[in-house]
Amino acid sequence: MTDTDRTVSGASIRLDGVVKQYRGQTKPAVQKIDLEIEAGHIVAFVGPSGCGKTTTLKMINRLIEPTEGRLFIGDRDVTGEDPDKLRQSIGYVIQAGGLFPHWSVQKNIGAIPRVLGWDKKRIAERTEYLLDLVGLDADTFRDRLPKDMSGGQQQRVGVARALAADPPVLLMDEPFSAVDPITRVRLQDSLIAIQHEVAKTIVIVTHDFEEATKLGDKVLILSEGGKIEQYATPEEILAKPANAFVEEFIGSGATLAHLTLSRVKDVEHEPVVTARVGDSSQEVIGRARAAGVTWIVVVDEHGKPRSWPSLDEVATKDTVSDYIDPRLPVVAPSSTLNDALDVMLAASQGGVVVTDGRGVVTGSLTIKTVMSVVRGQLDEAREGDGHVSYTQHAEGSAT
Amino acid sequence: MNRLRRTPIDVWFEPLLIIVLGVGYFLWYRSTTLTPTEEASLGWSTLKTTILDHIQLTLTATVFVVVIAIPLGILLTREKVKPFKPFAINFANIGQAAPAVGLIVLLTMWLGTGFRTAVVGLVVYAILPILQNTIVGIDQVDKRTIEAARGIGYSGIRTLVQVELPLAVPVILNGVRTALVILVGTATLSTFIGATSLGTLITTGVTLFLPKLLISGAILVALLALTIDWLGRLVELFATPRGVA
Repeated sequence: MTDTDRTVSGASIRLDGVVKQYRGQTKPAVQKIDLEIEAGHIVAFVGPSGCGKTTTLKMINRLIEPTEGRLFIGDRDVTGEDPDKLRQSIGYVIQAGGLFPHWSVQKNIGAIPRVLGWDKKRIAERTEYLLDLVGLDADTFRDRLPKDMSGGQQQRVGVARALAADPPVLLMDEPFSAVDPITRVRLQDSLIAIQHEVAKTIVIVTHDFEEATKLGDKVLILSEGGKIEQYATPEEILAKPANAFVEEFIGSGATLAHLTLSRVKDVEHEPVVTARVGDSSQEVIGRARAAGVTWIVVVDEHGKPRSWPSLDEVATKDTVSDYIDPRLPVVAPSSTLNDALDVMLAASQGGVVVTDGRGVVTGSLTIKTVMSVVRGQLDEAREGDGHVSYTQHAEGSAT
Repeated sequence: MNRLRRTPIDVWFEPLLIIVLGVGYFLWYRSTTLTPTEEASLGWSTLKTTILDHIQLTLTATVFVVVIAIPLGILLTREKVKPFKPFAINFANIGQAAPAVGLIVLLTMWLGTGFRTAVVGLVVYAILPILQNTIVGIDQVDKRTIEAARGIGYSGIRTLVQVELPLAVPVILNGVRTALVILVGTATLSTFIGATSLGTLITTGVTLFLPKLLISGAILVALLALTIDWLGRLVELFATPRGVA
């Protein structure tokens, strides 16, 4: 997220000595916290349960009123603002989307625009744009009820609803913790793509350090009572954990953490040969042989992948089949290598198809590429640790 | 076709029962010959007035119960008033636990006899089901849905009207239906304090030993209760928002 040509529509957030002290408790739930979140950045709050990460998040939109301290969004002091008005200008997403079960998708997304007095046409246009943005077909989903959608789809609508009134700030409270791992990876990639397009300031609470490093431009690690242990970029945290707490918290994950830091877009992809449904099999096989590949990707009219048959499989039919492979492993450029490895293992395949933000096939990634990255890191780590190797060992000096 | 199959059994079975019972009674009523004493109560013009009086009594009481119990129930689910919830429910419990006859007769000592006293007695007696269902209906709305509503900037009132109440409608209406059925039955007792109802037929039937009166009263009350229950069920079915099971 370092593109310079991006226009940032987000606003900065500043917490100035914010404290939450519940009545009847001796220790504050969140002790004096000072925090500055840059406009257009994603910041992930992470920490063990009871560390006050959710409390801190909810103090930003004052769902929980701070006992002390001041809150700024942009240059605006919002500590004394009408909380309902304030929240209308801040997107809010909770686990599973928190959709209203008695309203259709369109009505859910229009919840705040209706309060703000938008006319029907504007709301309908906005709904269409947002559904497209979160990767749902507007015509299919506009009139669906939440109960008729999967968890992942509900979560996408939740994000669309939060963005409805185009708020500069988006708060997300463990948004992806209720969906299965594969869906989670997709939702995370989708969020990165959305953020790329809308450039909001996003604060996301998670208990998963890996998710924090993947999504966050910066990660805030909290310990009990809302104590800030470290607030830095994922790279910095992994390279230089500030203290023993952070070291232990990032724990075993750190060994393979570089797989979480390297993205699919950072490594080399292999080109793929694509074919449309109905193309002549012979012609396609000819093209594939010429390119020196043993399999092809069948795409639909938008360039989205349907299946990836081997050339032998293609040869069994005269024309390319409209078969859709339900287990087709797909990753986005923003996916981490760790995600890619997960997807490969889940699909029992040695490779994955890479698609861009709109789902169009751009290439493929094989397990070999991922392993060479791991090997490179292992070599680097070995050189750095100062241990004597087998060949350099002086006989008799073993302890 | 699909819609028909999904229609719950009670929606079509209950009217069937009402029709069978109603037609049976009607055939008997037309063929029977009444003595002058019976004629005085069971003659069509008198009978019609009695039935209408009964309905009027029931509906008036229902309107009052709804107007009192639903807002009270809503109030008792608000954060600031919640501590009073057990007290209110206890009071409503006393209203229902007290024997209905006793309650209504006791009230005459204070309010005198007649229609008004009967309505007051019935209201006290039927508050509990609606009050309780309103509270339960609102409390069972997913806390996270409410948090989402507040989180996106809905005020407390807007959340109540647009989210909590629609989601509580099935449970609240169920309470109203229960109250209505209780009221149709209990309204018969009002005859003891000088308000006309189908109970008058029954008491007269018992005192003068006129089985035709007694049975007519009982069957008509039952028919009325079933019909009202069914109408309530229909309202429930159509007022429940899509997407709420």
